[in-house]
Amino acid sequence: MPNHSSTFQPEPGQGVRSMAEEPVMSVGDDKKAKGWLGSEQRRLLVQEYGIFLAFLILVAVLSVSNEFFLTAGNISNVLLQTSINGVLAIGMTFVILTRGIDLSVGSVVALAGIVSASFVTSSATAGISGAPYPVALGLGIGLLVGIACGAVSGLIVSRFSVPAFVTTLGMLSAARGLTLIYGGGRPVPALTPAFRWIGTGDVFGIPAPVIILAIVFAVSWWILNRTRFGRYIYAVGGNPHAARTSGINITRIQFVVYVISGGLAGFAGMLLSARTGSALPQAGIAYELDAIAAVVIGGTSLSGGVGRVTGTLIGALIIGVMNNGLDLMGIQSYYQQVLKGALIVGAVMLDQKRNYGA
Amino acid sequence: MELLLEVEGLKKSFGGVAALRDGRFQLRAGTVHALCGGNGAGKSTFLKILMGIFKRDAGAIRRRGKEVEFTSPADALASGIAIIEQELSPVPHMTVAENIYLGREPKARFGGIDFRAMNRSAQKLLDDLEFDIRATSYMMNLSVAQMQLVEIAKALSHDAEVIFMDEPTSAIGEREAQHLFDAIRRLQTQGRGIVYVSHRLSEIFQIADSYTVFRDGAYVGSGALADIDRPGLIRMIVGRELSEEYVKTNAPTPETGIEVVALSCPNKIEDISFSARKGEIFGIYGLMGAGRTEIFNCLFGLDKPSAGRVTVDGAEVTISKPADAMALGLALVTEDRKLTGLNLSDSVRANICMASLPEMSPAFAMDRAREARASRDMRDQFQIKAARDTMPVSGLSGGNQQKVVLGKWFLRSPKVLLLDEPTRGVDVGAKREIYRIISDFAAAGGTVVMISSEIDEVLGMSDRIMVMRAGRSAGIFSREETDAQSLVHLST
Repeated sequence: MPNHSSTFQPEPGQGVRSMAEEPVMSVGDDKKAKGWLGSEQRRLLVQEYGIFLAFLILVAVLSVSNEFFLTAGNISNVLLQTSINGVLAIGMTFVILTRGIDLSVGSVVALAGIVSASFVTSSATAGISGAPYPVALGLGIGLLVGIACGAVSGLIVSRFSVPAFVTTLGMLSAARGLTLIYGGGRPVPALTPAFRWIGTGDVFGIPAPVIILAIVFAVSWWILNRTRFGRYIYAVGGNPHAARTSGINITRIQFVVYVISGGLAGFAGMLLSARTGSALPQAGIAYELDAIAAVVIGGTSLSGGVGRVTGTLIGALIIGVMNNGLDLMGIQSYYQQVLKGALIVGAVMLDQKRNYGA
Repeated sequence: MELLLEVEGLKKSFGGVAALRDGRFQLRAGTVHALCGGNGAGKSTFLKILMGIFKRDAGAIRRRGKEVEFTSPADALASGIAIIEQELSPVPHMTVAENIYLGREPKARFGGIDFRAMNRSAQKLLDDLEFDIRATSYMMNLSVAQMQLVEIAKALSHDAEVIFMDEPTSAIGEREAQHLFDAIRRLQTQGRGIVYVSHRLSEIFQIADSYTVFRDGAYVGSGALADIDRPGLIRMIVGRELSEEYVKTNAPTPETGIEVVALSCPNKIEDISFSARKGEIFGIYGLMGAGRTEIFNCLFGLDKPSAGRVTVDGAEVTISKPADAMALGLALVTEDRKLTGLNLSDSVRANICMASLPEMSPAFAMDRAREARASRDMRDQFQIKAARDTMPVSGLSGGNQQKVVLGKWFLRSPKVLLLDEPTRGVDVGAKREIYRIISDFAAAGGTVVMISSEIDEVLGMSDRIMVMRAGRSAGIFSREETDAQSLVHLST
């Protein structure tokens, strides 16, 4: 399959890994097998729970150093701040698991946010004629916009074998441009209270965006871990050639993951505008970077096939908690960016050491 | 006589697991020494220590009687030890000459590279080896076999006194192999020492004059090949008696399993016709690049044939994607399990189930009990040695990995088995188990089409053999009416 050879080089790390795992080949001798099993279990333990442990330590340190951190109000605030990045990062996980990347989510946030807002604004000038329409219509339109953006990227990546980085970089620019064209560069204000509920409402004190994040997470976890489609995603990301030979339609899988990422980005866009009460044309700038950061901190490999959506959720929480903690300590947001950068690289360094080193 | 290389009590552990417990080795000048052992015997670890990639835990390495310590491959090279690695590492966008002289390019004025001198000496090197490769062609335009030949030329260009060859013929054809053997004999007469690592015993008996056997990370024995026969060597490698190397219990029935008529694919294969019967093992022999794999790609829907008819179970069929082939009961065990057979980052269980996912998830969600059961059945049936089936398949030995690939397809209860080099990189013991699996399948009425570049294997397992040459069939012969010489003759 020549059209995939350019996009799917076997990951360069594999050679190194097989070398490091060399002694494993001597399974057969019982004693050896058992010793290896022990280290394998240890490895899995670190891999599965290491990031969770890091999260707990972070929380523990912050609770001790700041009495305000563990209050209900602050926890709710952290979760609220994490919800939008969480939704984006979960969509990003699907894409990265198939060896792809979606750089366009920040722009899709803005486009879906402004298009849906124009349907549910009570402003006489900013909305489309007949607005405000019912919330369901606004939500449906926003979701459709996101799905459409994802479908275009997915089609180009899967059918025409254009590298995902390039395709979604193009979509990043195009969707931002469409946002400015659609709104004439102006924000859409005065969203109806019914629409604003998804960003500001709560159920028994739990903010609606947090509930939405929980639902998105649960459904994604189920899809990735318990369904045929989830197995396809891991197989396509792990080895597209083997997946194809095994009768898996890899073009379709690649297409669908971008649709999922786009749809979730559209949804996140509506959450954002609902929370702030208006849709801004410059919304969501650089959101893709936080989403990718959460995925990477969560232990998903950029070379595909390896990773868990649970890790992504914790990765997003770590970013949220760290930002919040630094805020509470009164540290300037400039420093926060530096620390976040160090965190991303540090997490992957540990990952590398765990997988290939020692 | 002074030894070129002497190794004693070499030890190496990884995280408490001993990969090498007692590596011993003696190499005399002017000899070809075969290093034998199954997968996991410690050969690769041994080689990597001598190359300076791994640091030894204990033991002594003496080069011409002098104690040495290598910390990098450059150290080993400086001491006159070169290696031809099994895994190729070409730089695709550079020329053959640039690859050969990578890092030691002849200098021109102003710190530039003397490309003319470099190309000239590279071409001379290739010509001396009688490898039909141009030094100025780009690496990416070469076939795998040619790349391996370049790798061989590169190792020889170092003018090393000790040359390790790790499975040098695994990707090249019979003719190139003979050129390589000629080169080895020339090196031998120059008084150099060659260490030859291969699973192919016929090659070992053809080229080597002494042997050392490793098993389970330790030295088992050594001696002159003149003093040991093939079963004796196998016994040492495997550690137990193997009754027969090949297992063949099947008998072809008159019914046709799969029939191919005038199959063509531009620039790959032309006018291929054969029919394999139920209960038959139909062998396809030919050199690399003779169009063997391309036949399977067309049959399995991975490639689009331009002409030809395929009949399965008496009915003409159209196969445009792998799922079509699978629905007809075809199964394809590809040539390179790491590249196209397995998802190395996933578990044994997930790999076994990879081709049966729709069947195992009738309501979209996976039936996990069924997955576990399927995996257990296949592991029992094929005696796949894995601590747990949730461990990554990358941790298994080559033979067990291959059995996972077989398990993946047997789970679908196929009717026609397409096997492309089913025992490549598999040790003698596991090979025999794979032969048993193939033979049992055919004996139960299945149809097997098997590609192999090992002559012994083709002759030992097949009922009939089709010889491929340059994309065309050079004839179909029954195993009784042909022999190794005529197969090689026909294929070249």
